[in-house]
Amino acid sequence: MNEGLPESADPRPEELGPVVMDADDLARALTRISHEILEQARGATDLVILGIPTRGALLAQRIADRLRQAEGVEVPVGSLDITMYRDDLRLHPARALGHTAIPAGGIDGKKVILVDDVLYSGRTVRAALDAINDVGRPQSVRLAVLVDRGHRELPIRADHVGKNLPTNKGESVRLRMSELDGVDEIVLRREVV
Amino acid sequence: MSGDAKSQSEFVLSEVRPLNSDPVDVVIAAGKIREICAPGTGAARNPIAQVIPGAGQVLLPGLVDLHTHLREPGREDAETVHTGSQAAALGGFTAVHAMANTDPVMDTAGVAIQVWRLGREAGYVDVRPVGAVTVGLEGQRMAELGAMADSAARVRVFSDDGKCVSDPVRMRRALEYVKVFDGVIAQHAQEPRLTEGAQMNEGVISARLGLKGWPSVAEEAIIARDILLAELVDSRLHICHVSTAGSVDIIRRAKQRGIKVTAEVTPHHLLLTDDLAVGYDPVYKVNPPLRTAADVVAVREGLADGTIDIVATDHAPHASEDKDCEWDYAAFGMLGLPTALSVVAQSMVTTQALDWAGVADRLSTSPARIGQVQDQGQPLAVGEPANLAVVDPDQTWVVNAADFPGPSHNSPYNGMKLPAKVTATFFRGRATVIDGELQW
Amino acid sequence: MKHLLNTNDIGRDEAVLILDTASEMANLTDRSVKKLPALRGRTVVNLFFEDSTRTRISFEAAAKRLSADVISFSAKGSSVSKGETLKDTALTLEAMGADAVVIRHSASGAPYRLATSGWIEGSVINAGDGGHQHPTQALLDAYTMRRHLRANTGDLSGLKVMLVGDVLHSRVARSNVALLHTLGAEVTLVSPPTLLPVGVEQWPARVAYSLDEDLEAQDVVMMLRVQRERMNEAYFPSAREYSRRYGLDSERMARLPKDSLVMHPGPMNRGLEIGDMVADSDRSVIVEQVANGVTV
Repeated sequence: MNEGLPESADPRPEELGPVVMDADDLARALTRISHEILEQARGATDLVILGIPTRGALLAQRIADRLRQAEGVEVPVGSLDITMYRDDLRLHPARALGHTAIPAGGIDGKKVILVDDVLYSGRTVRAALDAINDVGRPQSVRLAVLVDRGHRELPIRADHVGKNLPTNKGESVRLRMSELDGVDEIVLRREVV
Repeated sequence: MSGDAKSQSEFVLSEVRPLNSDPVDVVIAAGKIREICAPGTGAARNPIAQVIPGAGQVLLPGLVDLHTHLREPGREDAETVHTGSQAAALGGFTAVHAMANTDPVMDTAGVAIQVWRLGREAGYVDVRPVGAVTVGLEGQRMAELGAMADSAARVRVFSDDGKCVSDPVRMRRALEYVKVFDGVIAQHAQEPRLTEGAQMNEGVISARLGLKGWPSVAEEAIIARDILLAELVDSRLHICHVSTAGSVDIIRRAKQRGIKVTAEVTPHHLLLTDDLAVGYDPVYKVNPPLRTAADVVAVREGLADGTIDIVATDHAPHASEDKDCEWDYAAFGMLGLPTALSVVAQSMVTTQALDWAGVADRLSTSPARIGQVQDQGQPLAVGEPANLAVVDPDQTWVVNAADFPGPSHNSPYNGMKLPAKVTATFFRGRATVIDGELQW
Repeated sequence: MKHLLNTNDIGRDEAVLILDTASEMANLTDRSVKKLPALRGRTVVNLFFEDSTRTRISFEAAAKRLSADVISFSAKGSSVSKGETLKDTALTLEAMGADAVVIRHSASGAPYRLATSGWIEGSVINAGDGGHQHPTQALLDAYTMRRHLRANTGDLSGLKVMLVGDVLHSRVARSNVALLHTLGAEVTLVSPPTLLPVGVEQWPARVAYSLDEDLEAQDVVMMLRVQRERMNEAYFPSAREYSRRYGLDSERMARLPKDSLVMHPGPMNRGLEIGDMVADSDRSVIVEQVANGVTV
């Protein structure tokens, strides 16, 4: 999904490009990311997982599920909408806000894991950091993404990456998830110009 | 062959069609129609005359407006007798009746003579003052109607226009009193209690827009009452700016009974409807208000069958600060003189409800008769005063209110494409307009 | 949507988007930093030609929560209530670079003039104009109904809403009828014939003269403000007769379904049209949303 564009309706299958990660790849990547998080944080204590709607929030839930399986503890998980923090808000028509749900314990002093599907320009993450700043003061914020497709426009990097995928700007990387699209996969698509 | 148009006194209108009949040449000299001859022969017979090529255009008697607001004295920032006269000439008029709602109000012979004299000085049209019926238009004490009638201004039409003579006793007295000099009371029919704070036609549109309604019945009730009063005292009554289907119906029945009532309709009520208010642009705010499409149909029918005798413009210039504001605070009224004939052509001639002879009757002959204007509205015949208008019925033009003379630009037709253009106007034998341009 | 002038112009999708956004914005109240940067660096002017402290404060709070710079201008009073001033004021605002103007005016259509006359470039939000419209009030009313009666689906289709009282002079009624109709609700107007506008039969609403007809079926009863001075203009004989026929007393209240809402746009005439009401606590939130929905 291209940053800055509203989520479009699911395209017809024939418009989808080659699959770059299938369901198994996706599951393995999430499992690895989950373990990296635990390893880096030395356990699940004080962790809070925040996903950026829509698919980042679903990924956050899946990561939380894996942490529970691995550690046997319930890691607080929530969602963080960044629409109002975007720097391109005025350039696009009004859109629906995503849902923001901060876990009951809040994020003050917590180790926040910010989850998004695709890291591209870095502007979404920049907006998310501003949003986090307004919600509370975490001890640390780390970034987990499923795909890093390059072309950063801001000094931002991910701490946990499912797959580094070199792309050119004419392509779009699209995550499909079973909750929404009936299938887990990532497809690479050349934008029709 | 040009020369100073103001001093030029002989013209040949070549190949014009009087009332759209067969082409002729019309020779104007010494303020009168000197000769009507075969097309193409006038120039040779009158070598010193300026030839105005008519090319098959329609020749009408100069138009006579029974209802004009010239704003002078008092609101010279909106219009003067001079600029209003120019607007009239451009519209093909050779006489206008200046309404009494000036400041000071035209309720004395002094003010009437002042306006009359200003009109003479301007020299484009006959300016006939309309006297106020009551002092200060306040509906109480009767103004000195006799003094105005006997003055040099020879006032014959009296009106509190803008306000209604709503008191039935005072209306009756006024109708009776003007019989002395065969005057006529021109009533602005608006029941005041039914129209307090009214902003536009009461109906579906006013309900949606939240603007206070001006119900048709407020007009019709006064017309019905005044017709009965006119019948009672056997006097002449003229109804200003009839705007509703109900009013047309009431007047039609009164005429069938032989009551001496005449009526006018404005160009805007022949063409425009109340849904124009949806943009809250006060250029469409007028009194009486624009009505519904059904009302437009009815007033057109009334004008066609003679129930409504004449078209009168209710030309009402307003300075921009009185229109460039909220609807509620804006002044009522719109410009009418320069566009009147075109609007009538659009609403009546192109729809074949009137022919050009009918237009001449409704805009010249009948208003001159009602207003008792000498030398106006006369037949197109040798020896008659040369008060004439030449109209190109096939020329369409786009209205640009900024081009109008005078400081006000509140024309609802601005930007509209209209048929029929006045190309030349002659007032007492002098050309006020040639090729659609003022001559001085 | 550049301007918000009346509810006739709001499509169903747009209305739902606004209400959805309002729901999300409501959560902001729980946060420590009650501010979003959406309108940072933008200037919002509140231009009130008619007093309404509550509406003005709501808009101020809303704009501030969205990080806009807010300038409030109260222009009530004889010297500045003439039309010339609206234009002059508008030109001043334009020179100041106002991105949005929230206007309340006693003349119907004043916001429309402001938006379409070319005086200013910015967005115009109608915060109530004469007897015309009050679209933000309608949006907040719909939001309130949704929150209380359709919390799950958010869909107001089939909701039965009764508006009772002075429909003729009520901008709230005009706005609500249009918006509720757009959202699929069934609206009934109850009023004495003197307080119904000519042409009301063309509105998308049922009209009744009696409040007692169908009370049991209503999900919402909204009482409209009735000014006591209407009595002197013979719209109705007396306050007592009005309240007897069109007032929502406890007896009528008891006939309403248990989970129904009683609403009032305020300010209330206790003892005239109403005895009790449900407070519209979400007001500031919905207004924030409106500022957002328009300006974004």
